[in-house]
Amino acid sequence: MLLKELLQLRRDRYVRIRLLVPPLVQLFMFGYAATFEVHRVPTALLDRDASQASRDLLASLTASGRFEVTAIAANEAELIRLVDRGRASIGVQIHPGFAAALRSGRTATVQVLLDSTNSNTALIALRYIGTIGRTLAGDVARDRLGRLAPAELRAIPAIVLAERPWYNPVFDSRWFFVPGVIGSLMFVLTVNMTAFAVVRERETGTLEQIMVSPIRPAEFILGKTLPSFALGLALAALITLVGTLWFQIPFRGSVLVLGLGTTLFLSSTLGLGLLISTICRTQQQAFASSFFVLTPAFILSGFTFPIASMPLPLQWLTRLDPLRYYLEVLRSTFLKGVGLEVLWPQMLAMAALGGLLTAASIVRFRKSLE
Amino acid sequence: MTVRRTLAIARKELIQVRRDPRSLLIAMLMPVLLMGLLGYGARLDARQLPVWIFDRDGSQESQALLHQVRASPYFALVRTVERYDALVAALDAGRARLGLVVPPDFSRRLRSGERVAVQALVDGTDDNSAHLAIGYAEAILDRFAAEVQGDWIRRRGLSERAFVAPLSIEARTWYNEDLDSRHFIIPGVVALAMALVGALLASLAVAREWERGTMEQLVSTPVTAAEILVGKLLPYFAIGMADAAICVAIAVGWFAVPFRGTLLALAAATALFLLVTLLVALFISVTIRNQLGASQIAILATLLPFNMLSGFAFPIDQMPAPVRAITYVVWGRYYLTVVKAILLKGSPLGDLLAPMSALALYALAVGVLATRRFRKSLD
Repeated sequence: MLLKELLQLRRDRYVRIRLLVPPLVQLFMFGYAATFEVHRVPTALLDRDASQASRDLLASLTASGRFEVTAIAANEAELIRLVDRGRASIGVQIHPGFAAALRSGRTATVQVLLDSTNSNTALIALRYIGTIGRTLAGDVARDRLGRLAPAELRAIPAIVLAERPWYNPVFDSRWFFVPGVIGSLMFVLTVNMTAFAVVRERETGTLEQIMVSPIRPAEFILGKTLPSFALGLALAALITLVGTLWFQIPFRGSVLVLGLGTTLFLSSTLGLGLLISTICRTQQQAFASSFFVLTPAFILSGFTFPIASMPLPLQWLTRLDPLRYYLEVLRSTFLKGVGLEVLWPQMLAMAALGGLLTAASIVRFRKSLE
Repeated sequence: MTVRRTLAIARKELIQVRRDPRSLLIAMLMPVLLMGLLGYGARLDARQLPVWIFDRDGSQESQALLHQVRASPYFALVRTVERYDALVAALDAGRARLGLVVPPDFSRRLRSGERVAVQALVDGTDDNSAHLAIGYAEAILDRFAAEVQGDWIRRRGLSERAFVAPLSIEARTWYNEDLDSRHFIIPGVVALAMALVGALLASLAVAREWERGTMEQLVSTPVTAAEILVGKLLPYFAIGMADAAICVAIAVGWFAVPFRGTLLALAAATALFLLVTLLVALFISVTIRNQLGASQIAILATLLPFNMLSGFAFPIDQMPAPVRAITYVVWGRYYLTVVKAILLKGSPLGDLLAPMSALALYALAVGVLATRRFRKSLD
């Protein structure tokens, strides 16, 4: 049975291409395109003060590498127009009297216009501007205290946040997305492959032939899923290699833990694929159904959108999503390097989902034969 | 090309669509499902992040700080722990995304006018949420520090004027004033739903005729190639527009995404985008003559690039130059620019000429390609 499946897989060159090319293309596309980082934000400047202080502030904005000056506006109307037309995402305006205000101990204002159509980029850009502004303000404040304040006031309490980013110290989006791509790709591929493998037999009418042979249903299912299983593991290894070698994602955990997680995850995706195949009569239907199941599973997995930010009912739904657990295992083994002592709930959940889905598909499969 | 014959083909196609209720159901349910899931689930602005706090000071001052963290809408599940390794374990297990450590001399240093550092351990795995978490924490600390400094100065009976904040950054966020990531994601879902349904259904339409051998019958009638193609696409065009209408209605009516432009501009852009999507799907199904292959390739060719390279979630101007060059081929990028501009900015059509004409050109090019390919395949 297993041999027959492998033969069929080898015969279909088109299928082989379809299995290998999209994952690799996806890995590279996601790897390079998927980023929430903020660099080189197109920025328009309007410096109506034209003083040393204003130039210093603007210079420290551009020196941060986060902002790229794409236009210098001559007046406020032009600045607004630049942002309106999308020529710049951020417009920075320094009002006249900026340097004077700093010197005389008043508050100097910098106006920032943000195109917040992309709220995320806007938020992060605003944080960078805030950090740069805070540094400047700190310098000026210290300077003022030194010059103006009486001796007993030279000291003033201050609180700073010492940030210690763990696991991904440079906030590299790729470190977050590449392990996620591995999980999502395997999810889509293995569910589809299993679903099609059974439906194809049904469509071509060879399912009856096999059923009259002495092969038992359980053996049939095992034989059907083993190639997908092997392929899934091979694929995981391949993409992991590309991720660590090409994209330089650290791998800090143990290969064994990842292997166990992958095996448990595959058991649930294969069960899901089988279940879909028992509901559908044609490959066409199988495609539509798997699509209908995979899309929500993908959205709910936490691949792009953090689960913690979802409303509670959706958060409950994510608990039924095997991909959610696998992504947690992947990201934890890659970036955090934690082991089973932390990941056992995820492993348990995947095993339970796998068992449930496989059992359901066997029951349905028996029924669909009668 | 006559209208009568084109409509006849369209009617035949419509009957075929009706006979396949499952596909039609998916066509109608998909937008609702996507809208619901993404509308609620797709938040990038990270609210309710779990934060754990290790307060080593336990003073009145540190309690006041904790209180402010607790009151913030951005942090949830604030828990205080007694040991450092409990904090580490929580971060390791992902139960906490941010761990704040208040040093033991927090209140003493503040009272004596010294500088004190609160440590923020942040789980950087999800770099985006990590950024936001630090940003929120900084904002809270800034506010707290300003209060402490104000107190300090007042208690010494000094004028506060000497200590006004040197710099204030006055941010005006336009178009999406509350910085709500929903308003940024949801317009894209309209396009996503249309692209999916259009690509899936239309790619099947032509391939089905080949598979069943009915294409030969159609060709032997006096109907021309262009009439067949237009006639076949019309019903799917109608379905796609209906999907778009459903999506926009949900977006504006339910999720309260602002609609600042004109309906006419939106309809024109949507029609163009849908046309391109259908023509691409058609081109694929003319080239690959089996339904399964055609629908899979169509989904791969539209969905994947659309998700990744159109600016739907990931900003295009942040991509490396070669990838940015590829995005010009992804027609979803032009539509997304237009939809967001119409909904959020209320831009007049005059501002959108560039992406609109890009879409029109695209439609023309793919239309010509598909017709030519189709004619050739008949010979």
